[in-house]
Amino acid sequence: MIAHRRLTGLLFCLPWFIGFGVFMLFPMLAALYYSLSDYSVLLPPVFIGLENYRELASDALFWKSLSNTLYYAIGAVTLSLMTSLTLALLLNSRVRGMAFYRTVFFLPSLMPVVAGSILWMWMYTGDGGIINTALAYVGIEGPAWLADPDFAKSALILMAVWGAGHAMVILLAGLQDIPEHLYEAALLDGAGWWHRMVYVTLPMITPVVYFNLIIGIIGSLQVFTQAFIMTGSTGAPERSTLFYVLRLFNVAFEDLRMGYACAMAWILFVIILGLTIIMHKFSARWVHYERS
Amino acid sequence: MNAHNPLKRTSRWVHIPLVLLGMVFLFPLVWLTASSLQSREQVGRIPPQWLPRMYYVSIEGEKIPVTPPEMFAEEQLLVTPLEGPDQGRRMLVPPSAYQDGMLAQRIQVADQFEDRLFPAELVQRVPAGYVYVREWLLSKYGTATPRQFYVPEDRISVEIQPIWGNFPEAIRALTAGEEAKKQPLGQLLGKTRWPWTPSDNVETQITFLTYLANSLVVAVLSVIGTLLSSSLVAYGLTRIHWKGRETLFTVILATMMIPFPVLMVPLYSVFRTLGWLGTLMPLWVPAWFAGAFNIFLLRQFFLTIPENLTDAARIDGCSEFAIYLRIMLPLAKPALAVVALFQFLFAWNDFLAPMIFLTEPDTFTMALGLQQYQSQHGGSEWHLLMAAALLLVLPIVILFFFTQKTFIQGISTTGMKG
Repeated sequence: MIAHRRLTGLLFCLPWFIGFGVFMLFPMLAALYYSLSDYSVLLPPVFIGLENYRELASDALFWKSLSNTLYYAIGAVTLSLMTSLTLALLLNSRVRGMAFYRTVFFLPSLMPVVAGSILWMWMYTGDGGIINTALAYVGIEGPAWLADPDFAKSALILMAVWGAGHAMVILLAGLQDIPEHLYEAALLDGAGWWHRMVYVTLPMITPVVYFNLIIGIIGSLQVFTQAFIMTGSTGAPERSTLFYVLRLFNVAFEDLRMGYACAMAWILFVIILGLTIIMHKFSARWVHYERS
Repeated sequence: MNAHNPLKRTSRWVHIPLVLLGMVFLFPLVWLTASSLQSREQVGRIPPQWLPRMYYVSIEGEKIPVTPPEMFAEEQLLVTPLEGPDQGRRMLVPPSAYQDGMLAQRIQVADQFEDRLFPAELVQRVPAGYVYVREWLLSKYGTATPRQFYVPEDRISVEIQPIWGNFPEAIRALTAGEEAKKQPLGQLLGKTRWPWTPSDNVETQITFLTYLANSLVVAVLSVIGTLLSSSLVAYGLTRIHWKGRETLFTVILATMMIPFPVLMVPLYSVFRTLGWLGTLMPLWVPAWFAGAFNIFLLRQFFLTIPENLTDAARIDGCSEFAIYLRIMLPLAKPALAVVALFQFLFAWNDFLAPMIFLTEPDTFTMALGLQQYQSQHGGSEWHLLMAAALLLVLPIVILFFFTQKTFIQGISTTGMKG
């Protein structure tokens, strides 16, 4: 009976096993083997040991793309999280028309990246673009944004903040789940607005913040489409927007160095895995779970 | 009672930051719409304008749409040289350059410049305060040449008028062949190559509708596949009590950490071996094998459905598959709607995978088709790019307004701890 039940259970999970095997496990292992090979798709891979990894260590573009990506990830995740938290807190104050505001903030996060990128490119036009015109209106001379190596990454980060509505909806749901009695208890203890915020609201939504943090970091380390469309596959200007996956894409599909690209892919996987484990270890210090 | 409870009180001032932030968030969408309704000439103007303005010149009772007027501060002469390098052209020159039928022109002879006089014919005096306009032709793919007019300013009228023609024009622009773009839109779309048309059919054209159909095929097939497969797995993880299902669920969750870019190179060679490159299959077939995120969503929902419902059916002798099909699926409709929405959105918005796996233009999705057009014609045709981008966004916005509740509830659940 137990064996039969296990068989039925496994049978129901069969689609996942097949999909995992064919579209994940096999590609992961193949990537590992390719990363130790010289491979161009057209010819069978030739084993070369750690040569690809050794070459990566001294590849300036690899390091450049890694530092660009970390810069972007830190900027985009921090600013988006701060924005989404601010919006969620504002909306959680039982404000009238909450559903309307929520729609307004959420809508941009649904934009297809391709459409969003083309739109922001148009808005970031240095000469006569709508953003610089608006800035000039308040007496600020706007930079050339996407054409200026000092501003291109910031421009992409600002665009990412525009999509903060998604995290806001999750945070808002978390805020509305906080049991009322906690606030009533705090109120009885004479806690003011600030104390309720610091001792009730913020600790209670740390699990949701933690969730958004992980999702945000994993997502922004894979940034590709925006840069590919807005600043081109070379990561112009002056390679300031050459992100990790952009570089990986170029190596794989333009230079046709699939082995080298797979070495980059595995390093990205290890980075994401490492960051997730580190954050999980540290989460015990600041993420508050209600015992249920 | 509520009035005295500080927890139930909200300050009216909270609307101030909300309205300001709301304007910032909506600003790009408004600008997208505004730009998509402006003429080619207006969209390139500095400083930018919000409302779509059309200029008309009235000539012999005819109202002709024209470009924004350029004013002359001083009197000018419109002349046509009868000889010399500019022979036969219409030129606007200051009055001092033209005397007694002769036009003074500085021309280059070898490496030197010389002032020479050429016979020229006076076409028109253009007094100060006159304006210069060109006839506005909607389609740049037409064969007509725009006419030019020098008229008093009061002959020009301005109307606030959205240019809906940008949308058919954008649809035409997304068509692949340069020659095909000159055909009338109806005729062009009538020759559309569909995902099921043989690709060697030379009678057909790759048009906007080809991209639209490809996007829909990918989205619909992957939605169906993911609904069936993910719900099966979620059922196996929640309703059948076997040892190891919790471990399996943890493993499934862990796969969410594997980023697509890690897999894309080996997947490329897998699909190449299977002969799927250049078809739509790499985009929808994997969805038939249950993604981690969707399994997670459905599992969370299945756990809320009372166990005794399925137990009762089991006692009645229903097979597990029958219970899944007849009891769980109908009960799980709200969660299935969420999964369907997310999957549709993902398929519609995806760019990197189509970019890598769709090697033939007749398999391009909307997102890829738009990017291809942008990379070839970007930087100038902003009004058409905005119109095309709006066409890509619109289905999503419409979908959102019809399914808002499902959307918000679905996203809210993703943040819940498992």
